[in-house]
Amino acid sequence: MKPLLEMRSITKTFPGVKALNEVNLTVMEGEIHALVGENGAGKSTLMKVLSGVYPAGTYEGEIHYDGARAQFSGISQSEGVGIIIIHQELALVPLLSIAENLFIGNECATRGIVDWHETFQRTEALLKKVGLSEAPGTLVDRIGVGKQQLVEIAKALSKDVRLLILDEPTSALSEKDSQALLDLLLELKQQGVTSIIISHKLNEVRSIADRVTVIRDGATISTLDADSDEITEDRIIRDMVGRDMAQRFPERESNPGEMLMEVRNWNVWHPEHTERQVIRDACLNVRAGEVVGIAGLMGSGRTELAMSIFGKSYGRRISGEVLVDGAPVDVSTVDRSISAGLAYVTEDRKHLGLILDETIQRNITLANLPEVASVGVISEAQEINVAEGFRKAINIRTPGVFQKVGNLSGGNQQKVVLSKWLFANPKVLILDEPTRGIDVGAKYEIYGIINKLVADGKGVLMISSEMPELLGMCDRIYVMNEGALVGELTAAEASQERIMSFIVRS
Amino acid sequence: MASEAADTQDNQQGRSAGQYLANHLRDYGMVLALIAIMAFFQVMTDGTLLRPVNITNLFLQNSYIIIMALGMLLVIVAGHIDLSVGSVVGFVGALAAVMMVNWEWSIYLTIPACLMVGILIGAAQGYWIAYWRIPSFIVTLAGMLVFRGASLWLLEGQSVGPFPRQFQALSTGFIPDLLPFVKTIFGVERMNGFAVVTGLVIAGLIVWLGLRARARNCAYGMAAEPMSFFILRNLLVAGAIVFVSYKLATFRGLPNVLITMGLLTIIYAFVTESTVLGRRIYALGGNEKAAKLSGIRTERLTFLTFVNMGMLAALAGLIFAARLNTATPKAGVSFELDVIAAVFIGGASMSGGVGKIVGAVVGAFIMGVMNNGMSIMGIGIDYQQVIKGLVLLAAVIFDVYNKNKQS
Repeated sequence: MKPLLEMRSITKTFPGVKALNEVNLTVMEGEIHALVGENGAGKSTLMKVLSGVYPAGTYEGEIHYDGARAQFSGISQSEGVGIIIIHQELALVPLLSIAENLFIGNECATRGIVDWHETFQRTEALLKKVGLSEAPGTLVDRIGVGKQQLVEIAKALSKDVRLLILDEPTSALSEKDSQALLDLLLELKQQGVTSIIISHKLNEVRSIADRVTVIRDGATISTLDADSDEITEDRIIRDMVGRDMAQRFPERESNPGEMLMEVRNWNVWHPEHTERQVIRDACLNVRAGEVVGIAGLMGSGRTELAMSIFGKSYGRRISGEVLVDGAPVDVSTVDRSISAGLAYVTEDRKHLGLILDETIQRNITLANLPEVASVGVISEAQEINVAEGFRKAINIRTPGVFQKVGNLSGGNQQKVVLSKWLFANPKVLILDEPTRGIDVGAKYEIYGIINKLVADGKGVLMISSEMPELLGMCDRIYVMNEGALVGELTAAEASQERIMSFIVRS
Repeated sequence: MASEAADTQDNQQGRSAGQYLANHLRDYGMVLALIAIMAFFQVMTDGTLLRPVNITNLFLQNSYIIIMALGMLLVIVAGHIDLSVGSVVGFVGALAAVMMVNWEWSIYLTIPACLMVGILIGAAQGYWIAYWRIPSFIVTLAGMLVFRGASLWLLEGQSVGPFPRQFQALSTGFIPDLLPFVKTIFGVERMNGFAVVTGLVIAGLIVWLGLRARARNCAYGMAAEPMSFFILRNLLVAGAIVFVSYKLATFRGLPNVLITMGLLTIIYAFVTESTVLGRRIYALGGNEKAAKLSGIRTERLTFLTFVNMGMLAALAGLIFAARLNTATPKAGVSFELDVIAAVFIGGASMSGGVGKIVGAVVGAFIMGVMNNGMSIMGIGIDYQQVIKGLVLLAAVIFDVYNKNKQS
């Protein structure tokens, strides 16, 4: 067997970050190759380098494809030689038919006039190949996610695919649909299509992959071979997470107090796909002076859980109970949740947390304006005092509180969001990825703020995709997968391996 | 960020008024444009523009546009638009005419009833926009058609009038000279003393408030304008107010409608700049999701901005009908465009979250002075439309250009 694809010493640098560092990936002709690694390990970046989203010249290293050096300057070139990526977020137009979607940008047309007869004929042939029995005229909107995935694959086949790359193809699929998809991949393999599958589900990886490459922190860790029988979940998990705890965390004495918040039997359904349950029977609690973590992969439902609790800001048909200080509280709107003593610091500060065009001062007071106002009239003097107080207390680096927050760095923006919620004076803070996209120094400062909060008797529920952060900060960690809390570990029990095994084995 | 930091530095060192103005062109550009336009027409009309009778006319002609611009500013800051206001003006005017002329209602019943109808119209449109998330463009486009048709139906295609004198006073009445002794002090024969004194008091108030705000800003280290600029700006504003009130005094005094408009402008400027309610509207327009996640009831707030718009449109409808002294099916046609243009010329942003009451008022005056000046010069309606359109476009381009330069 000869290699179809060889990526040699790929290094890709973004301003300030080395996303990929001398990554090697070799994919043999006709194999199914699994690419695994944590969120942010560099899998997607590597695939973007391969497909030319990052054109040749913006990275170092060489790509050899089908025996020749390849330098793609864009997706159309890589697709031209049969490299096709199917992204996690499907790129279908929901209100067009299957046939129209299959040939988008590649229409069966002469001089701009579409030949519908040919389009439908070719669509039927392609749908047969992927085992989808839907009429070509059906709107993509009307079929489930599983079938949409098949349409994407059919679209790839229509472009004469040789190397098919699937980014977490089964993350949104049911058990049955996942199995159908995996079977299809095996069938395509028989027909000579080579695939790279990016997945977090190790049982799937084991069942179909011929070889597995593990990437961690932008570097290739290992490539395991199915024939030599070394693909075990334990081995993969170890390679995925086995890094040194390089980050440092400020010391904190742990002494949890009274029960502050309890969530009981929390169920949430998807706001649009009403048949999909996003959160299943979640029960959790946070004590005063306790930092409780929620670990899990992206899309496991952590943000959805938090937002559905905070003013029912996400989802439909929400059921369950929230107790603060032992008594049930009304969390049906955001303002009621705030008065019940909750605060939610979003993971998406630019879109959900801040008004970028407004000043620091005005952002900080937004969630608790009555505090700086009397009879509805804002006292700007008081407001400035409050903002200045936070600026000094948590060290927001800015010439003044009249700066627009849009001009601040990520770390300082995060401090403004935190200030806003501290000013609302909650009992429990739900922090969703509190250190995402900020530099190491600012991270350390944020950890310090969190420690100070719990020292003051508040409770913190911290969602994070960075396991070392959870292990370094939390007294207790819940593990979430596919909408359910699948495990709970105390700080003493917790390790990256144990968390990961809860996720991949649930 | 670098330019902002440089800004603060410059402030500390103190700069000339000219430099400061160059850096804050976005804030003062439209005021300068208004001054330039007025100077231009003053010259081109051989001084007619600023004659007492014409200044009075300027206020009477533009009052209803300005009153609606106050509400439209809130709607646009909240991230929406209201196309129905012109039709609402027509409908409410027609309704008032029917009430007073056909049903012989007293004006003390008619006026509150009409304002109530305006509120209901705003509520009816705001309900769909706020709670059903139907785009305001569509809902109010529908409203524009509905209320245009409804006023035709109410009036049965006829003009209805005239109105009682009291009702006309809403628009064309003047405050009588409450301080007749003033003119003997000044020794001027024909002069409304009350108007002059009011002008002086307001000018004094503005300077006093300005000084107070400046002192406070300095105390908190807010970026303050250079002293020279502060003096110049206040001299200009106070001077303009005294000048205008003197001119009005030598004609018939302060028009009632100027008082209404002035009070409303002050109230709305205060609400937008200093109250929790106003702040929340800016937050809603600046980032609706973030506002919602901060505990702001964004739906209710959106609803209220439309209710408010409906009420102001009804008030404008009453004033406009009173001015014409008759209700016609054509009343208020295309007013919405003048109102929206005024708000955008005044620096509001289409995407919401940005805009000031004072800006909207200045924007309305720019349109008003141009209308007035071009009419005095005898420029045809064809050219007038073209010129107004180009001015609107230029104003918005100017704003976007300055915004890009800043960031």
